[in-house]
Amino acid sequence: MAVTRGAAPAAGPDQRSRRSRGRGPGARPGHPFGRTFTRILPLAPAVVLLGLFMAGPVVWSFYGSFTDAALTGAAARESTWVGLDNYTGLFSDPNFPKSVWLTIVFVVASAIVGQNILGLALAMLMRSANRVVRSVVGTLVVTAWVLPEIVAAFAAYAFFHADGTLNNVFGLVGLDGTNWLYDLPMLAVILANVWRGTAFSMMVYSAALTAVPPDVTEAATMDGASGPKRLVYITLPMIRRSISTNFMLTTLQTLSVFTLIYVMTAGGPGTDSSTLPILAYQEAFSFGRVGYGTAIATIMLLIGAVFSVIYIRMLKPEVD
Amino acid sequence: MRLRTGVTLMLTAGLMVVAGCGSDDAGQAGGDRTLTIAYQKFGNFVHADNHFIRVKDEFEAVHEDVTVELVPIEAAQNDYFTKLALMHGSESTAPDVMYEDTFMIKSDVDAGYLLPLDEYLDEWDEWDQFFDNAKVAGAGDDGSIYGIPMGTDTRALWYNTELFEQAGIPLPWEPATWEDLLDTARTIQRELPDVVPLNVYSGKPMGEASAMQGFQMLLYGTEDRLYDEETQTWIVGSQGFTDSLEFVQTIFDEGLAPTPQQALDSNMGSTVGAQWLPEGELAIALDGSWLSGVWLETGERAWPEWNDVMAQAPMPTQHGQEPGAVSMSGGWTLAIGAQTKEPELAWEFVKLSLDQPNSLSYNKAASQIAVREDVAEDPEYVEANPSFEFFSGIVDVTHFRPATSDYPQISNEIQVAMESVMTGQQAPDEAAAVYDEAVERIVGADRITGAR
Repeated sequence: MAVTRGAAPAAGPDQRSRRSRGRGPGARPGHPFGRTFTRILPLAPAVVLLGLFMAGPVVWSFYGSFTDAALTGAAARESTWVGLDNYTGLFSDPNFPKSVWLTIVFVVASAIVGQNILGLALAMLMRSANRVVRSVVGTLVVTAWVLPEIVAAFAAYAFFHADGTLNNVFGLVGLDGTNWLYDLPMLAVILANVWRGTAFSMMVYSAALTAVPPDVTEAATMDGASGPKRLVYITLPMIRRSISTNFMLTTLQTLSVFTLIYVMTAGGPGTDSSTLPILAYQEAFSFGRVGYGTAIATIMLLIGAVFSVIYIRMLKPEVD
Repeated sequence: MRLRTGVTLMLTAGLMVVAGCGSDDAGQAGGDRTLTIAYQKFGNFVHADNHFIRVKDEFEAVHEDVTVELVPIEAAQNDYFTKLALMHGSESTAPDVMYEDTFMIKSDVDAGYLLPLDEYLDEWDEWDQFFDNAKVAGAGDDGSIYGIPMGTDTRALWYNTELFEQAGIPLPWEPATWEDLLDTARTIQRELPDVVPLNVYSGKPMGEASAMQGFQMLLYGTEDRLYDEETQTWIVGSQGFTDSLEFVQTIFDEGLAPTPQQALDSNMGSTVGAQWLPEGELAIALDGSWLSGVWLETGERAWPEWNDVMAQAPMPTQHGQEPGAVSMSGGWTLAIGAQTKEPELAWEFVKLSLDQPNSLSYNKAASQIAVREDVAEDPEYVEANPSFEFFSGIVDVTHFRPATSDYPQISNEIQVAMESVMTGQQAPDEAAAVYDEAVERIVGADRITGAR
């Protein structure tokens, strides 16, 4: 999660502001703290709720990952501190590196490459399309985004299933389909996630492209820049902010995709599509090793943090 | 300190917000006493549901001020245990009485979920009706009894005689070794290409069924075991373990089993009983004595001709070594939650659920092997199901799962090993090595031994 410097700067001495009539306790007249405090007081409920329902579970799960908490057995009655055992166990478990690799493949292929490139392409094509085409394509793409995740997941499952829509269509044209969910589970979930998430990127990029001033593009055309050149040298740098924001949002969303994969393949066959959220769920709730599962979740948090830092650095304004 | 004042204010404000969405529990207190009964209801397994609906009426007729709240949990086996454990996490959701598998008892006793029943059993004159080996089925490590068995079971090969005749296999069929079993399956594959020759449960989605009906029915037919009772250590690196995985690999590689994708469906148990066997799509099923419960009039899929079509054969040992056949026994119990506010009442409910008439009706409907003498000898029970005789007859070659609180975790590792072999991710010896490491991690290096 990005942390912004949200504290309002204390009012300078030259600013004479009226003091609030109802002085809060601890607010001493003339002391800037009192005023600042009164100003941020309305934020307090939100901060408390965030602390309770966001920071609390995060801290608890971080703590839990150093214990042997479990759903049954002696550790369920009282979990003990096991230090880094869960983490050392993770790194010696052959499933874990595989799972990290699958997660990265899933994020890179379906979010960074699939959703972003397809979303940008759609957004650019829609600009030059006529109104009918625009509304039809827009509706089709957004539908996948509007569906509740479980519905979208079942739709994708029915589409890729051995007796599903895709293989039936293949059958009509005389091709033999394969058993997608079993033979190519990662491909199936990546395609499903691209289908589901592209609308979001498309909408972000549509909004960004409308903000590119046409005169710049026109000038470039006058100077003889071809289409691809205009894209690389004019359009992309101008929507750089939107790109990195969208990268961050889609990455973090994709990193935590659970329902889609769980419904389609349940992480199988074997562990061939067990990304980190699936692995964490399996360890914590199928095998009852809550401590071990939260250790996996903590690692996920770190991976997300690393991606966020990279994108935030990309967002930093450069000196042009 | 200003900071403290600030925090206090924030908390006050926050609490005012939270108070707005607090729940109102006041409505439940006072008035009626309630008992919650948690049990599994999944796929074809509706017998517990039917049983408790009936017992609830009986119980409420006697105890007018009590409401029995039934909590049927619709989940596959692993998920059912998870759900139970999560219910125990809070006093307000912990069940008073629960349907509990014998292999989970020791683990759940360690977790502090179950109430010891010794003091109640001392005053229960019907406890003597239970067979001795059934009495200890619900024992914890401390020797106290935590679960009262509802019935027990054995496992063997069910086969479809019509399909066997079509494939030209002489009846009655009695395979003497694993190789005989595989050869028969290959014959069926050759003669009846549309039929699945053999089903052995395997992989994580089927949970304990894979570990017990599948893997241990193979392993206990070899020279090796999972656990050495004498030294109380887990056995690793055994040839039998690898051989059993090799059997699993063989049937999936040669296409003698369902496709891995079919086998890795958590509804596989229902599919076999309610669809494949009655419709002649599966020739041989390594399955439990309770299977015919699905086909009775009280079952999910009535199949009046089941006893003419289906026959049973004992599961052979690996090379036909003594005693020639192998079976595994488990069973489910009724246990009382440690956090119950009404232990006396919960006990009354358990007693009523498992008295002679109710045990009898449950054992008949769910095709359980009776654990009460007065049920086992009841002519109504003996005549209820023609397959009871066979399944009671293999009790003398039966084995029990290791009765330790580590077993559920070990079972998970067995399922993982099976799945990686059946999907071709690992060779049997690789999967066995991964299992050995996992066992060492679970029980510690001092509680494992190499195979004898």
